[in-house]
Amino acid sequence: MTTEQKNIRKKLQATDQMNRIMTVYFYGLNEAATSGNKKVAWCTSVGPAELLRAMGFAVHFPENHAAMLGATRMSTDMIPAANAIGYSPDICSYLTADIGAYLKGITPLSKAYKGIESIPKPDVLVYNTNQCRDVQDWFAWYAREFSVPIIGITSPKNINEVSSAHIDDVTRQIEALVPTLELISGHKLDMDRLRETVSLSRQCTELWKEVLETATATPAPLTFFDGTIHMGPAVVLRGTPEAVEYYQVLLAELKQRIAEGVGAVEDESLRIYWDGMPVWGRLRQHSDLFAGLKANVLASTYCSSWIFQAFDAQDPFRSMAKAYLELFIVRSDAYKEKYIKEMLAKFRIDGIIYHDAKTCPCNSNNRYGMPQRLEAETGIPALVISGDLNDLRCVSDEQTKTNVEAFIEQLEEGK
Amino acid sequence: MPKQLFVGLDMGASRTKVAVIDQDGQLIGHAVKKSGIDFSATAAACLDASLEMAGATRADIVNAVSTGYGRANVAFVTETSKTEIGCLAKGCYHYFPEAITIIDIGGQDNKIINLDSAGRRSNFKMNRKCAAGTGAFLEEMASRLDISLEEMNGLARQSEEMLKIGSYCTVFSATEVLESIRNGKKVTDIVKGLFYSVIKRVLEMDAITERVVMTGGVVAHNPYIVEMAGEMIGRPIMLPPLPQLTGAVGAALYARDGSWQQTVITAREKS
Repeated sequence: MTTEQKNIRKKLQATDQMNRIMTVYFYGLNEAATSGNKKVAWCTSVGPAELLRAMGFAVHFPENHAAMLGATRMSTDMIPAANAIGYSPDICSYLTADIGAYLKGITPLSKAYKGIESIPKPDVLVYNTNQCRDVQDWFAWYAREFSVPIIGITSPKNINEVSSAHIDDVTRQIEALVPTLELISGHKLDMDRLRETVSLSRQCTELWKEVLETATATPAPLTFFDGTIHMGPAVVLRGTPEAVEYYQVLLAELKQRIAEGVGAVEDESLRIYWDGMPVWGRLRQHSDLFAGLKANVLASTYCSSWIFQAFDAQDPFRSMAKAYLELFIVRSDAYKEKYIKEMLAKFRIDGIIYHDAKTCPCNSNNRYGMPQRLEAETGIPALVISGDLNDLRCVSDEQTKTNVEAFIEQLEEGK
Repeated sequence: MPKQLFVGLDMGASRTKVAVIDQDGQLIGHAVKKSGIDFSATAAACLDASLEMAGATRADIVNAVSTGYGRANVAFVTETSKTEIGCLAKGCYHYFPEAITIIDIGGQDNKIINLDSAGRRSNFKMNRKCAAGTGAFLEEMASRLDISLEEMNGLARQSEEMLKIGSYCTVFSATEVLESIRNGKKVTDIVKGLFYSVIKRVLEMDAITERVVMTGGVVAHNPYIVEMAGEMIGRPIMLPPLPQLTGAVGAALYARDGSWQQTVITAREKS
């Protein structure tokens, strides 16, 4: 019988250290933009951050800012401002929330970090369309607004196997960014520094992978909802020693939990995989909903997307290209299905949830029959929930709750 | 000596349904009322009416389970709840113990639930955040046509040339209906077109198996929809005795089959 109960996930002690390094990062970014001591580059979340960091730019990630707008539940009030200037409610709600917030002169950074008045003004905008076209359109708006250069990588998409032709193409595109970036930064690219940055990114990635794989333990010491928060340094501080040090601390804490048999969710009885974006404005509610049902959402495509095992300090350009191409979101459904199947086995998953995010087709993998194909192949039940990453106008809490509760009932009855 | 009765309370978005069963699973009392704005009061009124029909009092209730959107609003009877998907499955399998597809058309949402021959749910789907194909869609359209919900079934049956409605958006469908009114189409043909639209929206949600059971208030009050659906899928649809009460019956069956000791029963104390 399903009787709702409070069963909140346990807080990770490492969170305080993460908050400290994120604070230093945001103040550093603000300092660069306000004092001009460093040039500011805006970058898409999966790259080419290593190149920008190695060339001495302070790097701002609009996707991170948009996720903050979502997590603070500010985004739904910002989105209409972007809709009103012609950016449809059907396109990326990261884009519309971020541009809307700019138009309204609002940023969650001001609330979280006293003294920061606005997002850092860019000197250059650098995108990679390996995720979607929206990032390019998003940056293009700011390029017009600030009258600053926009450069980037137009990535191949829907790739089955990453070939040398794909890697050649993207490598050349990354190399072609260098002259413009040298001109803006006023520095020549230092290859040793690039190698060091790529090496740090690789270390960060390996640690982040180990962190996520601690959830193979029973009970799992962390949840997907922890992961969405603790991946912050892997996104914005990749390529720095701070990120590496942080994940060493986090990993030690998770290993300690495993040694002590401590699960992130009390009495974990069901293990769930999440595919798609989180609903940023509902992290707490969703975390509590699953924990209350003794189900742990413990692995995800999303958090695992910041694992770039191709990074190689000996061959920085080509390895960056390979890393950005090997990403889940860049791949074909055939590859994605194989990947998810391996994840379901590795984490011993009882059920999979697909989040169909209204404004994020590239992260909504349920739309071309994947749940049905994977369920037929693996026998692991699937549920699709409708929602959105940032636009809460597209979220029905009651429908989500009923769907999730019914799914957990189904899994319990099938055990 | 008190009777041994089990209660299912289905607090739907539109209607509240209560079923009272005995130990053999026989439905001996039931009631349906508009949920309104005071779910607890409506549930209490339904419960009392059902118990009266069963010739029983609250002291006869051994166990109770709630379901539906307002399932948390009936703590005065029980704090144990199951989802409406689980209860519909349990209720339908009680009447049709075989592999079935359940199509439930409710006031606020639709569900398609597939059960295997042992009654286990293999999957389910609810409609997206959209009124297409729901009772709410028909309520909106009845209002546009200035007819009552009760009239719709009879009007649809009289149709000679059904209107085809293309949109799945309630607002766009309303525009199509208005256009048809302007063009002098008969109300009978419009209503049949609306019924057809409801069935189409539901059938496109998921694949269905050989044996299909329909439940819910829309089906209960509009038998012509069931006939039309049967024609569309090419085989007769099975109906439980009281389609609108199936979820409540399922909840009552859960109450009977569940662990009584662990369930918080306050009904006996309150009676």
